Amino acid sequence: MKKKDIILIISIIIIAIISYFLFTLGKNEKGSQVIITVDGTVIEKFNLYEDREYTIKNGDHYNILTIKDGYADIIEADCPDKHCVNQKKINKMGEKIICLPNKTIIEIIGADESNIDSIAN
Amino acid sequence: MNSSQKTAYYGIFAALAIIMGWVEMMIPLPVPVPGVKIGLANVIVVMSMYYFDNKTALGISFIRIVISGLLFSGFSGFLYSVAGAILSFIIMVLAKDIIKFNIYSVSILGGICHNIGQIVIASIVVKTNLSIYMPILIISGLITGALIGIIAKNCLTHIKR
Repeated sequence: MKKKDIILIISIIIIAIISYFLFTLGKNEKGSQVIITVDGTVIEKFNLYEDREYTIKNGDHYNILTIKDGYADIIEADCPDKHCVNQKKINKMGEKIICLPNKTIIEIIGADESNIDSIAN
Repeated sequence: MNSSQKTAYYGIFAALAIIMGWVEMMIPLPVPVPGVKIGLANVIVVMSMYYFDNKTALGISFIRIVISGLLFSGFSGFLYSVAGAILSFIIMVLAKDIIKFNIYSVSILGGICHNIGQIVIASIVVKTNLSIYMPILIISGLITGALIGIIAKNCLTHIKR
């Protein structure tokens, strides 16, 4: 290990830590709404504190979303990688569950945020 | 090495890279984040960068992406791989030849840039900013890149004999 390689690894770790704080800053508050985006368009908006089950459809594909006890979660999907099902349930502002193959995103937002803002983000 | 030997070697390396990509799909990852990969196929790309030259490594990488795109991952998977591979290849060449990092650092940078390239394309595909995953992608790239570097280094000392 030469000196510059050690410097590189240390700076990578520092960048990772800084970016962690940057991206999670101010995102520890609980959100109040769940927005569902399919292929870039917001299709549905739910209150996070009303329990429900909803099937998100994108063409022939589907993801099943449940909202329960103030958490949103995807419990079933027909995508090949199942990342969306395996991701943890979410309830904080800015948290997302993403299903890339089905181009589906569920995201937690606060009460006063408009749809347009959260897309522009 | 004469040209027919070269052809044989390229074929073996490309085949190995495809198999590595296939093996990787069998391994479940503990982190359910889009873009996170072990990058086993990168072992072969890093090895060919050092064993042959950059141009050969690029060719092998390209063949691997096209064939595994056709065989397993389909068009969207192909897009993600291409973006990740191009970005990581450019950075690895810079790190290897311009800054002259050692093989571990080259492979770490390759791993991180591969993850970043994939998440950039993913952001475009779903039309959302996915930068929230950046820290985890950097850290996972660091870990897998280091592992890949160690494997490539050990394999190289054996095949050079």
